[in-house]
Amino acid sequence: MAGSASEYIQHHLQNLTYGKLPAGYERADGTVLQDATWTLAHTGREASDMGFWALHIDSLGWAVALGALFLFIFRLAAKRATSDQPGGLQNFVEVMVEFVDQSVKETFHGKNKVIAPLSLTIFCWVFLMNLMDLVPVDFLPQLFHLMGLEYMKVVPTTDVNVTLGMSLSVFALIIYYSLKVKGVGGFVGELTLHPFSSDNLFLKILLVPINFLLEGVSLIAKPISLALRLFGNLYAGELIFILIALLPFWAQWALSVPWAIFHILVITLQAFIFMMLTIVYLSMAHEDSH
Amino acid sequence: MNINLTMIGQAIAFFIFVVFCMKYVWPPIMAALQERQKKIADGLAASDRAARDLELAQEKSAQELREAKQQAAGLIEQANKRAAQIVEASKDDARKEGQKLIEQAKAEIEQERNQARDALRAEIASIAVAGAEKILETSVDASKHNEMLEKLAAEL
Repeated sequence: MAGSASEYIQHHLQNLTYGKLPAGYERADGTVLQDATWTLAHTGREASDMGFWALHIDSLGWAVALGALFLFIFRLAAKRATSDQPGGLQNFVEVMVEFVDQSVKETFHGKNKVIAPLSLTIFCWVFLMNLMDLVPVDFLPQLFHLMGLEYMKVVPTTDVNVTLGMSLSVFALIIYYSLKVKGVGGFVGELTLHPFSSDNLFLKILLVPINFLLEGVSLIAKPISLALRLFGNLYAGELIFILIALLPFWAQWALSVPWAIFHILVITLQAFIFMMLTIVYLSMAHEDSH
Repeated sequence: MNINLTMIGQAIAFFIFVVFCMKYVWPPIMAALQERQKKIADGLAASDRAARDLELAQEKSAQELREAKQQAAGLIEQANKRAAQIVEASKDDARKEGQKLIEQAKAEIEQERNQARDALRAEIASIAVAGAEKILETSVDASKHNEMLEKLAAEL
């Protein structure tokens, strides 16, 4: 039973991976590959042996589908947007847009056309991806199992690649705006001349490596913490749903319902935090306050 | 927990979505929002203006009403005065007329009395003559005694 339980969990946490296996690789069913092959991984070990050159088709597929859903709905509302009496959809979309716009205006005081739509995309997209966590854990995987797909992880944000992909994009924007607003010299200065500074030139030079270490770490920590916070919360939530699913079916509701209700909060909060931190980081990138 | 190409795929998808949102979703919704805000602000301003106008109109109408009342009161007073004047004048006229009539009547009476007196005097003269004739049994030469008779009549 312990074996099957851990197998069940392992199975649920395995992404549907499409990647390149090297020549001479012995697959799970015992066959040996003649050439390097792009294929679907049949086991978790195969998936990890694919190394970097692999795609999590499920994560990416769901992420793109949910992002497209978000944009489809919002585009629909945007096309029909009227300054007269708004309909239900427009009302909803306007509430979201105003909420995000308000959050951006409260935190970011510069002029930037990218940040507000970026924040809206992050909030809605991350929210939708998190929302997949509330779909019963076995529901979609079973459906895809019937269609012949072995693995299916439906919550993209429980995949660290997805959260890292987003946080590194944000990181790229941080670097871009830092360079654009402060210039190369300003940015380098910010990294090397703070937090410790001195009027003595010699001391100043001596402090450069220390400052650079501190500021570098805090800079690098931004995307990492952004990605891992979202991933960790959702991964843990998903894991608990899986553990609850191990209980006898008649007892599951007693735990899964409260956890799901609590998770509604987590889902929204994590999406909001991701958005808010993005705004904060980007507004820091725009400021010469040091 | 394998780090792989998915990360880059996600970053690309993220980039595309953000660009789409920036180009096709955000601007129209924001434009609609701002336009509505402007409309509401305009509407509020217009209603403020209308309220002010209404107040002014009310004040003006009250003022005009007051003026009209004053005017009417003035007119009535004037009319009363005029009526009193007319009554007074007609009273005067009537009095004068009456006086005149009375005087006329008095004059007439006087005249008639004089006439009567004259007639009477003539009558008395002739009666006196007749009486004298009877007394004297002779006719009195009227022309001879006329002077005396007239003197007598004048004494009556």
